[in-house]
Amino acid sequence: MINYIWASMIIFSVISAFFSGTASELSTAIISSASDAVSLCIRLGGTICLWGGLMEIAEQAGLTGAVCKLLSPFLKIIFPKMDMKGQTARAISMNVTANLLGLGNAATPLGLEAMRRLQDENPSKEKASRDMIKFVVLNSAAFHLIPTTVAAMRQDYGSKNPFDIMPASWISSACALTVGLTAAIIFIKLSEGVKWKK
Amino acid sequence: MEKITSYILPAITAAIIIFGLFKGIKVFDCFVAGASKGLKSAVKLLPPLMGLVLGVTMLRQSGALEVITKMLMPVAKFTGIPADVLPLTVLSPISGSGSLTMFEQILKNFGPDSLEGRIASIIMGSTETTFYAVTVYYGSVGIKKSGCTVPAALLADMTSFVVSAMTAAIF
Repeated sequence: MINYIWASMIIFSVISAFFSGTASELSTAIISSASDAVSLCIRLGGTICLWGGLMEIAEQAGLTGAVCKLLSPFLKIIFPKMDMKGQTARAISMNVTANLLGLGNAATPLGLEAMRRLQDENPSKEKASRDMIKFVVLNSAAFHLIPTTVAAMRQDYGSKNPFDIMPASWISSACALTVGLTAAIIFIKLSEGVKWKK
Repeated sequence: MEKITSYILPAITAAIIIFGLFKGIKVFDCFVAGASKGLKSAVKLLPPLMGLVLGVTMLRQSGALEVITKMLMPVAKFTGIPADVLPLTVLSPISGSGSLTMFEQILKNFGPDSLEGRIASIIMGSTETTFYAVTVYYGSVGIKKSGCTVPAALLADMTSFVVSAMTAAIF
């Protein structure tokens, strides 16, 4: 899937550059993307270190277990077979908490930790497990209770009430999450029932 | 309210450390132990990120996104997404920094309290950069077959765009 999407991104770009005469911009883009990726990676590495460190303290102090207990009724709906006292559930609940608080910077490192735990339980190491698919979809729908970044930018541009989009944003996230997870479950069932050639 | 939100991060950091001290944990040693895993995973993420960034920058710089936006124009009319917000919906699943710039442009041109500004705000608050999430999450553990993740996540994104356009008019 990813292979085809990636290939079509690049081929489509080259074709449109050919028609719109942006070949020189495209050449610069190809070269600069290499260094952009490195700086993105270093920034990400920094936040992984930061949150890895803070979470180690939280884990040892029993904080993550407490948060997990709080979120477990909600997590049980999405991951019915998961052990709610286990490390995986704890890591997932930390990622969900960061998303709820609108801390996008923290959500990725915490999510990677959860992925590592999910991979430990995954029987086939190259194929995404059901729980992994649901977890990544959960993250791409991004349920923010407090949309911190958006509200800050709205305020910068002189909004009278930067936070008044919150209820609409919750409804939108909730709908996206429901559709995404339902689709994932249906797709998983379909692919397990009918074996497609890959 | 905006004052309160800027306290979230410092408050959490302090709370974790204070709680750790109460439990008698050597907080600094513990922090270092946890942080030491970070760089190793970042190095593992470089190759998949390199691929993603290449694809996304090429799409943005070649003008391909404008072509895609034009092709989607009839669909947008049908779903109630304004033509000026449409580029944001094309960009938001593939590029986080790109959609932030686009969002800023909409706020500047139409104002944050206009219909366009509100729809864009709701979209930004309820979607994540899908391709980035898929690349980084699966890349970090070496998953090669993502199965139905991308179609399911893109369906979630599209739902969010349409619902954002509807709720902006209601609230």
